[in-house]
Amino acid sequence: MSDKPTIAFFDFACCEGCQLTVLSLGGRLVDILDHADVVAWREAISEKSDRYDIAIVEGSISRDSDVPRLERIRERADVLIALGACATLGGVQALGNRLDRDDMLRGVYGDQADRFEAGQVRALSDVVEVDYSIHGCPINPEEFLTVIKHVLLGRPYRVPNEPVCMECKFNQNECLYEVGQICLGPVTRCGCGSICVNSGHRCFGCRGLVDEPNLNAAREVLAEHGYDLERIIAMFDVYWQRASVREVIQEQHS
Amino acid sequence: MSSLEIKVDHVTRVEGHGNIVALLREGKVDRAILQVVEANRFFESILLGQTFDQVAHIASRICGICAVSHSCASLQATETALGIEVSRQTTLLRRLLMNGEQLSSHALHVYFLAAPDFLNLDSVLGLLKVDPEAVDRAFRVKSTAYAIAKVIAGRHTHPIACVPGGFTAIPSPEALEDLKQRLADLWDDLWKSVDLYKELEIPDFQRETEYVCLRQSECYTFYGGRIVSSDGDSIDADDYTQAISEYVATHSTAKHARWHRDSYMVGALARVNNNGQQLRSEARQALAALGLTPPCCNPFINTSAQLVEMVHCLADSIATIDEILGLGLRAEDVSELPARAGRGVGVVEAPRGLLIHDYTYDEQGRCVGANCVIPTGQNLANLDADMRAHLAEIADRPEQEIRKALEMLVRAYDPCISCSAH
Repeated sequence: MSDKPTIAFFDFACCEGCQLTVLSLGGRLVDILDHADVVAWREAISEKSDRYDIAIVEGSISRDSDVPRLERIRERADVLIALGACATLGGVQALGNRLDRDDMLRGVYGDQADRFEAGQVRALSDVVEVDYSIHGCPINPEEFLTVIKHVLLGRPYRVPNEPVCMECKFNQNECLYEVGQICLGPVTRCGCGSICVNSGHRCFGCRGLVDEPNLNAAREVLAEHGYDLERIIAMFDVYWQRASVREVIQEQHS
Repeated sequence: MSSLEIKVDHVTRVEGHGNIVALLREGKVDRAILQVVEANRFFESILLGQTFDQVAHIASRICGICAVSHSCASLQATETALGIEVSRQTTLLRRLLMNGEQLSSHALHVYFLAAPDFLNLDSVLGLLKVDPEAVDRAFRVKSTAYAIAKVIAGRHTHPIACVPGGFTAIPSPEALEDLKQRLADLWDDLWKSVDLYKELEIPDFQRETEYVCLRQSECYTFYGGRIVSSDGDSIDADDYTQAISEYVATHSTAKHARWHRDSYMVGALARVNNNGQQLRSEARQALAALGLTPPCCNPFINTSAQLVEMVHCLADSIATIDEILGLGLRAEDVSELPARAGRGVGVVEAPRGLLIHDYTYDEQGRCVGANCVIPTGQNLANLDADMRAHLAEIADRPEQEIRKALEMLVRAYDPCISCSAH
């Protein structure tokens, strides 16, 4: 990497909310410019460069025609960072992986459907090697800064691998199970600061499963509260298409 | 006279991926379009089968910039379908939330995406060198606008606490008082921005078109109302399909739309043109300071109209906080809502214009039909028509100038392309 590394932002299928979350850092983002130059960021600036050390990529890959572009980015960058749930897990649009592609295309484009393309929704790591992952839908801007510091210092970043419950306890939130609601916090990777539960809502699991989830305990808690299996699976499915939660739960439930 | 082909792959400083393709033959416009090449994420399909308590969470993800608008339109549609009435407190908190989104989204466009063009800069990075104070101002406005969403819904992208029936948590009176003070501190920044925009040279281009937005009798609305057209019609939101026709244009993964004519425009300019009389007095002062007398038929004015709306939203947010505090905040239980079959249409004015979510639910409260009509999609046909008309007027200029003018025209619409190809 050069003395003052260069950063480029790119995106594929997504809502661009994670890049916007980066922009929301405002003045603190400007501080990064002392240590690195942003040389391409279509959403924010018109400067364009094909030379960059660090590629920050948001979005999922859902069309074969997008693969060469991602591969080119991978070739050019020393470091590739997957930004947000679409990049790390496929995002909510991966819900479409269970549906018939032709039906989806016809639903939107009618008799013009043949002119458009739709494929399996994939996370970036399904297509190229990813060096750093910043989870979340959207990302936690504080974690973005932490990861960028690690990248600039050339150090590995340890993605938090404890359940959201841990942060929830620190934040002294009342456990939603105690008030009769389902929450995916017990098996979801933390790092978000339990932001959804802090606002009185449940965890939707946007940062993905912890590496070794205690699914048995989760299942017991769910069974204890008498929740409907299909409903629980539907909740897990929003972000965890790739984690085979459906299979794990169904198998062990039967 | 020779031919000229202009192609701009992935227009910068806009949300999403769009290419400009323009062709002049012997000085005459042969083609001028915005190709939308963004990948479709098929939200209308993935919402099917989802239970009503998850629908707004997913629908919000259509857009990172206008997530609040998608959430609010989605919640309205679900609540209408399920027959859920929300309290005045909820309506006011959502109104405040919508104001915050206009402020933040317009600020992004007015300062970061559009302004560099007028100042002959490539981006805000250049602005940082020539006018760091303006950048500070922009960050202050944006961060206060974000604070509105943070206080009311936990976060700007994607709001957390707004759910069918109301909010999972409500702000404390102290948090609202503090927010009100932060908002009041923005006045100086906004008036300085008006002063800056007053001096900018807006490209001279006029093309009268149909302007479409929501209207409510009591206020300049961003949340709910009837759909009105400058061509004279006013329809109930439920009947939108009788007026607005979406159709597939083969150069765009996002659908186009028409009503009375071949195209219409939605967004800040449409709202100011149709509802300008309802703007708060401060915003009408800003209109006058900018020398605007609606109706304005220059699409480049859209950015100035956004600035006028920022002034309106600041004044309206302060007044809305007072009204909420006057009512007295109280927690509402939204955890158990009964499911029932039905259809509901939700309408809001997203920063870029009229946004419609239309859902049908079965008896178990599962979504069995979904349609979302996105502002940028509605604008695409009008943008193409403007590009053709503007290109015809500037066809004799040097290529670089034409290229920049077309890019500026696309940016003036502040397109949200990912959103349109949802």
